[in-house]
Amino acid sequence: MIDMTLTPAHYKSDVKPVWCPGCGDFGVLNALAKALAKLALRPEDVAVVSGIGCSSRIPAYTSAYGFHGVHGRALAVGTGLKVARPDLTVVVTGGDGDGYSIGGNHFLHACRRNVDLTYIVMDNRVYGMTKGQPSPTTEADWTSKLMPQGTGLGEIKPMAIALAAGANFIARGFTGDPNGLADLIVSAVEHPGFSFVEVLSPCVTFRPEQREWKKMVRGHALAPAADSVEAATRIFADDGMNLGVLYAGTRRPFAPPIGRAQRTPTDLERRFAL
Amino acid sequence: MTNPSNSAATSVAIALAGSGGAGIMTAGNMLLEAAASAGYYALMTRSSGPQIRGGEAAAMLRIATHPVECMPAGFDLLAAVDWENVHRFGAEIPLGAGGLVLGDEAEGAPPAVFTASGAAIAALPLAAIARGIPGGRPNMVLLGLVGALLGLPEDAMHEAVSRTLGKRPAALEPSLAALAAGRSAAGSLQPFTPLAPPPGSAAGRWLITGNEAAGLGALQGGVRFVAAYPITPATEMLEWLSPSLESVGGVLVQAEDELASINMAIGASYGGVPSLTATSGPGLALMLESLGLAVASETPIVVVDIMRVGPSTGIPTKSEQGDLDIALHGLHGDAPHLVLAPNGVGDALATTQWAVTLAESLQCPAIVLSDQFLGQARAVIDRPAAGASPAARDVAAAAAEGDAPYRRYALTDSGISPMAIPGTAGVTYTADGLEHGERGTPSSQFTDHAAQLDKRLRKLADHDYGERWADLEGEGDLAVITFGSCTGPLREALALAYERGLAVRLVSLRLLAPAQPARLAAALAGVRKALVLEQNHSGQLLRHLKSSFDLPVPLASLRKPGGQQFNAAEILRHVVEWSAA
Repeated sequence: MIDMTLTPAHYKSDVKPVWCPGCGDFGVLNALAKALAKLALRPEDVAVVSGIGCSSRIPAYTSAYGFHGVHGRALAVGTGLKVARPDLTVVVTGGDGDGYSIGGNHFLHACRRNVDLTYIVMDNRVYGMTKGQPSPTTEADWTSKLMPQGTGLGEIKPMAIALAAGANFIARGFTGDPNGLADLIVSAVEHPGFSFVEVLSPCVTFRPEQREWKKMVRGHALAPAADSVEAATRIFADDGMNLGVLYAGTRRPFAPPIGRAQRTPTDLERRFAL
Repeated sequence: MTNPSNSAATSVAIALAGSGGAGIMTAGNMLLEAAASAGYYALMTRSSGPQIRGGEAAAMLRIATHPVECMPAGFDLLAAVDWENVHRFGAEIPLGAGGLVLGDEAEGAPPAVFTASGAAIAALPLAAIARGIPGGRPNMVLLGLVGALLGLPEDAMHEAVSRTLGKRPAALEPSLAALAAGRSAAGSLQPFTPLAPPPGSAAGRWLITGNEAAGLGALQGGVRFVAAYPITPATEMLEWLSPSLESVGGVLVQAEDELASINMAIGASYGGVPSLTATSGPGLALMLESLGLAVASETPIVVVDIMRVGPSTGIPTKSEQGDLDIALHGLHGDAPHLVLAPNGVGDALATTQWAVTLAESLQCPAIVLSDQFLGQARAVIDRPAAGASPAARDVAAAAAEGDAPYRRYALTDSGISPMAIPGTAGVTYTADGLEHGERGTPSSQFTDHAAQLDKRLRKLADHDYGERWADLEGEGDLAVITFGSCTGPLREALALAYERGLAVRLVSLRLLAPAQPARLAAALAGVRKALVLEQNHSGQLLRHLKSSFDLPVPLASLRKPGGQQFNAAEILRHVVEWSAA
């Protein structure tokens, strides 16, 4: 249902975010509200699903339907919801720890399954809610109480993983550019299949150096690659600061038919009758 | 049938065995179907070696003139096409003293484990007979032989083979020829007590496995979304559900793991579609955190656990009632939920259906504890009675601007608060695993936590579960309390006890949580002591009864671990000893 009178303010709830002042996630909330307004979706036709972490608190801050589940399983909840209710617009949200560590397996299979939903990961390269531990995207030499010497592990490249696993739309945005981010979210929602939007979302509390990201990012540096091979070449050469759409594929979304009954359960009893 | 003086048997137990690929399961199913269409009741279970394919296989059947829910203490006939590794079934196929072991004379003597009881031995040239028929196979010769020994009508045997192979004419003709050859060869064997005439026609009866019955019950209850990860012995339920769901307008998603399965089901249920997942112990263990999410977010969900031997990988192909503890107590925090257990192949339908109805109306998770025995057993049953009424979720209506804000978790008297379904205007909310206030807004306040705990407990505690909570049978001042697949052999044991003048009540608990102590105490009125029967090593049901029921009678325990089902004679022996103690 299209309603042209909806403004971004319609998509925010009256719940006050728990986020620290200056948190990048405010930018994602604003961009999401703008995108939904642009898409003119009624709040009740949108579901925002999340797991656990600072960024995963976002569903309650929207006026859409929300589901705030357990750590790492947001994509599974979103997948079930979208398959059962293809009429809804499903946006799954979360952070880098939720999506790439505890939920890593679901990320792989959501890319591969290609259900028509949008996955927004607010990547701040740290576990903020538990007060500063390294995540899979944290630099190897970043020190913390838990890993005083740093992890010594290379950070993963989520966009490369998404590409290899079969995601149909892959983009990167930045919370310091809410209009650009809103446009990316609009494109992601509109693109059929599984759309992955990596958002650079600074943690001003545990990663204050990320305030510098606004000077480092390059807007519109990524344009959709012609094919996945070209996209792979680009993403492996990428320093993580290029914004835009990396890849927009044409894979058919996973959308098994639901609601088209040819029989009743009582009909099925006949096969057991002697 | 073991009494040769009888001219006909009211119950015969047969095992067909051989190496993998010999067509033992095919022959077993044909024998079962022939007995079923001839008007007998029957039950078939299966066992196989640890190899995924190609291992030794055994089809165990009991054919009777009355409904059967378990195997007897001794088999009357073991018929094998070869003896390769078949000795491994020694414990599962005990031969009665009057039993017969039948093999191929070219295969040598049967394993001593089968003949030690004094069972008679017979041998025929099964493979040689099969070789005489172009395309003929020994399993069909054996099938013809066994059918003749049992006195099953030739047309019923013929029909069972034709139904299975009808679409493969190249296999059908030689199979029917081999079947006839086997039937003719039976004349050379010593007399075998045949079955008594069947108790009427097959009309009105079903031939079904417990896993199929559970799947059908789920659909009858309204389930239209299933997400699951393959696991023995739940896979067949999923394989039945996949096309069946599609035909009734539902969908099954194969998930990447059990964590995904349950969360997909929770997501679908949040969207308003009754949802289920099926698994076994290892999968249930993985799902526990998210079961807590379903409790806290008040999302209806059904998890069917086809229990197998644990812990860890255990024995995936064998049955055990070892998941009761985890189903009752595995969730962290105070998390009231439902635990139910079907107590027969047919009851898997009604109990699963009831679980869906309860989960939907109480907005909470329900765990259904079936097991490998019930799930994979295929049985002739009387048509199951109609189940509980279909799922009815209390759904919130749309609200208009100016209405009071929607309170998803409103503190109602019943504890049940109307649930908004996405797409409904004016009542959007965020379902949350975080503790929350009435509107769903996260709250870390004690008062909200206590109020929501009370609400979630109240809705389960105050519900009237009606008569389905347990099966109560018999009279007397003794009782045996059990659940699940122990019920079948217990029922048979207590019938035998009654014939001997010992009256003992049967209590089979179908609703294990929330516990119904008042109902159970009432059911035990006049009972001076009770025996608790279960199939696990530590006495999980016994502990549950001691901790959550505070019963007015002393409890004794009869239990053994999984891997070998109880039989009626074994239970009877213990009940007689216990009654005199």
